[in-house]
Amino acid sequence: MGIRFILLVNKQGQTRLAQYYEYLTLEQRRALEGEIVRKCLARTEQQCSFVEHRNYKVVYRRYASLFFLVGVDNDENELAILEFIHLLVETMDRHFGNVCELDIMFHLEKAHFMLEEMVMNGCIVETSKQNILTPIQLMDKAS
Amino acid sequence: MAMSGMRGLSVFISDIRNCQNKEQERLRVDKELGNIRNRFKNEKVGYIVTSCMLNENHDFLRLIINCVRNDIIGRNETFQCLALTMVGNIGGREFAESLAPDVQKLLISSSCRPLVRKKAALCLLRLYRKNPDVVNVDGWSDRMTQLLDERDLGVLTAVMSLLVALVSKNYDAYWGCLPKCVRILERLSRNQDIPQDYMYYGIPSPWLQVKTMRALQYFPTIEDPNIRRSLFEVLQRILMGTDIVKNVNKNNASHAVLFEALALVMHLDAEKEMMSQCVALLGKFIAVREPNIRYLGLENMTRMLMVIDVQDIIKKHQAQIITSLKDPDISIRRRALDLLYGMCDVTNAKDIVEELLQYLSTADFAMCEELALKAAILAEKFAPDLSWYVDVILQLIDKAGDFVSDDIWYRVVQFVTNNDDLQPYAAVKAREYLDKPALHETMVKVSAYILGEYSHLLARRPGCSPKEIFSVLHEKLPTVSISTIAILLSTYAKILMHTQPPDPELQDHIWAIFNKYESCIDAEIQQRAVEYFTLSKKGVALMDILAEMPKFPERQSALIKKAEDTEIDTAEQSAIKLRAQQQQHTSNALVVTDQRPANRSLPVKVPSINNNAEANTADRGLTEVNGTLSRVDPQSATPSADLLSDLLGPLAIEGPPSAAAPDDQNLISGLEGVSNSSDALALAPLEEQSNSVQPIGNIAERFRALCLKDSGVLYEDPYIQIGVKAEWQAHHGRLVLFLGNKNTSPLVSVQALILPPSHLKMELSLVPETIPPRAQVQCPLEVVNLRPSRDVAVLDFSYKFGTIMVNVKLRLPAVLNKFLQPISVAAEEFFPQWRSLSGPPLKLQEVVRGVKPLSLPEMANLFNSFQLMVTPGLDPNPNNLVASTTFYSESTRAMLCLIRVETDPSDRTQLRMTVASGDPLLTFELKEFIKEQLVSIPTPSPMPALAPPQVQPTIPATGATDPGAILAGLL
Repeated sequence: MGIRFILLVNKQGQTRLAQYYEYLTLEQRRALEGEIVRKCLARTEQQCSFVEHRNYKVVYRRYASLFFLVGVDNDENELAILEFIHLLVETMDRHFGNVCELDIMFHLEKAHFMLEEMVMNGCIVETSKQNILTPIQLMDKAS
Repeated sequence: MAMSGMRGLSVFISDIRNCQNKEQERLRVDKELGNIRNRFKNEKVGYIVTSCMLNENHDFLRLIINCVRNDIIGRNETFQCLALTMVGNIGGREFAESLAPDVQKLLISSSCRPLVRKKAALCLLRLYRKNPDVVNVDGWSDRMTQLLDERDLGVLTAVMSLLVALVSKNYDAYWGCLPKCVRILERLSRNQDIPQDYMYYGIPSPWLQVKTMRALQYFPTIEDPNIRRSLFEVLQRILMGTDIVKNVNKNNASHAVLFEALALVMHLDAEKEMMSQCVALLGKFIAVREPNIRYLGLENMTRMLMVIDVQDIIKKHQAQIITSLKDPDISIRRRALDLLYGMCDVTNAKDIVEELLQYLSTADFAMCEELALKAAILAEKFAPDLSWYVDVILQLIDKAGDFVSDDIWYRVVQFVTNNDDLQPYAAVKAREYLDKPALHETMVKVSAYILGEYSHLLARRPGCSPKEIFSVLHEKLPTVSISTIAILLSTYAKILMHTQPPDPELQDHIWAIFNKYESCIDAEIQQRAVEYFTLSKKGVALMDILAEMPKFPERQSALIKKAEDTEIDTAEQSAIKLRAQQQQHTSNALVVTDQRPANRSLPVKVPSINNNAEANTADRGLTEVNGTLSRVDPQSATPSADLLSDLLGPLAIEGPPSAAAPDDQNLISGLEGVSNSSDALALAPLEEQSNSVQPIGNIAERFRALCLKDSGVLYEDPYIQIGVKAEWQAHHGRLVLFLGNKNTSPLVSVQALILPPSHLKMELSLVPETIPPRAQVQCPLEVVNLRPSRDVAVLDFSYKFGTIMVNVKLRLPAVLNKFLQPISVAAEEFFPQWRSLSGPPLKLQEVVRGVKPLSLPEMANLFNSFQLMVTPGLDPNPNNLVASTTFYSESTRAMLCLIRVETDPSDRTQLRMTVASGDPLLTFELKEFIKEQLVSIPTPSPMPALAPPQVQPTIPATGATDPGAILAGLL
């Protein structure tokens, strides 16, 4: 399956963006986010970027106040996911220009559109920033 | 503008929430879809909302299938994309049924832009993965091959994900894709024709590289030497050319590719040169400071253990791995623990387990239970001697009693009970621990149990008189829970029984305790107290009832089962798991029984949370295929519950029921009611147990199967498995019997006697009298065929397990057809031969009736399976079969045999058979042999024809139709 979910959580543990590629009820999502966030936020910079949780792994990366957490299957290539997070951040950066938590809060739908272009059903579809951003730029023009 | 997008979304959500019923919901969704059509942007919002908020089973998804389909087959590219994305994220069965063909069309359409096609690929992937039965992928291998020629890397990335899903289910249909994948890798690694936008820190799409290598891991081998060479060149370049650079991102990306390449090399396995490079690289990685790389190094080393035999090289890094076990990062500690667990074998078990025990005292809570379980399993699997095993478990309980599950101490009790030599040692150890000031309750349980059973073995040691043992145990009683008190009461009863001559003071004391607990609020305790009190008043009669517990039937380690049970499956079968299964199959083709050295007997058991899925299934595959070791008696179906009833059953009593005198009957009646239900095993008299060993599988069927093939299992019961592997050369044969002990205690008094028929000369090499625990003994058996005969050799095999004596008589598959070799005879040779062998006794003819009705091809198959080679077309009549073969024996040497069968198409139950050869005896025996095969009707019931007790009753039964027999019966 590959990627199971992508979470953006700030330092205070508030979820800023959540995209699940397997169905969980809201209750389950809340529980899962709580557990994972607690685990990941407690870790130091010197520790590795992978956390094992239940029967999958969380690959995470911190950018300033924002944590990007990606839940993947156990046999997924962890470093590839780690760099995928960075690609996502760079893509957002290119669009928003120096992206910060507020950009994502107030342009949540755009963050989702980008993710939608990059990941589908847990698989990476597109890694060219240009291709990812074209539809969004088109939309901006249209409105 | 952005706010309006947000508003559309939240309005839609709250509207849906406020809907009172399905109808309203539907209307709202229809309205939204209407909006979507009106406004481009809101359509996107609508689709995203649907994707985010609903799951595939949601009812109203059914309502929008049509709208979605219109979008998909419509011309508007944007709507197509949105619809495909939505279906790709949440599409369920109904979507698969109605949309799959359209999506497939889009994917291969040449007029669609890459944008649409990549979404179609992943949309199809979703539909296929969810409902493989609905999406028709027959004939897709050619299309996939074409799709892999795609230049656009986005489409390629999506198609590659689809390919991984397809090959993981059935790689066989997609061999054509293999060279394409290698070419894609070449293109990427050489940086040919890669648009700048797909370069990530100077590396051509690392994600596509990783995905492509993942797809390749599902193919078992690469046959074509050219493709293989190209791929290995690429891999070599990746392995050699990946350097550590300053830029973190570049470093990560290149190492992502490197680790995938490592996995692929491990999988393709062959070139030893590269394998050693991999091990060297991993050795380097597990020593670096960078935590991510170290983590992955440890993880991949564990994976490597599953795939190939590199244990010796990995052992060199043991010290380094142990350092990682103490890393401040729990993720790394977990990996190190897994690796240590995987690399453990008899040679290093002591070091590793002791290291784990030492670490246990400082380990944090999150890991203790896993650590304790793994240490217990390793100690059990690789114990150089059983006393060490007992030491380890007792230390484990001492250091981390809270994390030691009941299964762990049940298991040690089982071992002690089943091994007489171990009992005094265990009792001494248990006694020593009791002197410690603060004792974990589990330790009280184990010590009480062991001392109850075996303290009399220590009687002469200081501090071990019944009285002293009683008082040291009794000190603990005030602090323990009910379940422990129950065990203590049993122990007191046993101590009392073992005190000979009786010590009145001790007796009074114990009786007082029983008296006190007779009014206990817990029913179990109360019952024990009442019963033990009454029984102990009986004096000598008590002896029989409270005797030592009988040996436990051998069962799969509950621990290993527990480790397996924590597993949860993942959606896709991983390449490693698949690989492990494939290996198991090949090993099975070569050898019938599990011949791995003991240290590899359960090669992929890594019951951590993450590797579990793979390990467990692979292991199950192993037990199914080879049927050894962990396949156990039916009782193990519910091991823990069962175990519990054995250990904690109301009364640990044993002995023939006759021991209970009639006047005792009333006394014990209450207890019998309980025992019968929960503890039948402990009560079973010994005589019954000897009959209770039931063979696993049908012996007659196993024999029949072995007549047709040369290796397989001849016999199996809960304790032993006998496998056979045979080679035949002319009139010589060499069979090897594999006697495998499935238990943790030895099989003794093993005897194997061959009863050869007069036509076979058979020599069995020495069979050892004892088969050590879990060991396998090979006994070669030489066979020489002297002359033709249908008689069958019998193996008279017996052994003792504990008090159980097992004796079986097994037919050996050294049958007539093993000395046949098919030979094809051309018409110009056949007919002169046929004519020259004229009439009896060299040529015999017989009309056979009551034949199993077989079609001609079926019959030809049957003949061929017995090495009688059917030559089609030799007989002008299409209803006839002609076959030829060569028979080898010392008297006849190589002799040609010709067979002709004339069938009657209107009545398949009869035929006329003519057999000819240069030897009258051979002609007769071969004719009879074939006849037996043709009329033999497989008996539905198990038919141990050679087991005397069962044969006897059948004589009067068959005789019932025979007037003579009836008469004899009357007389």
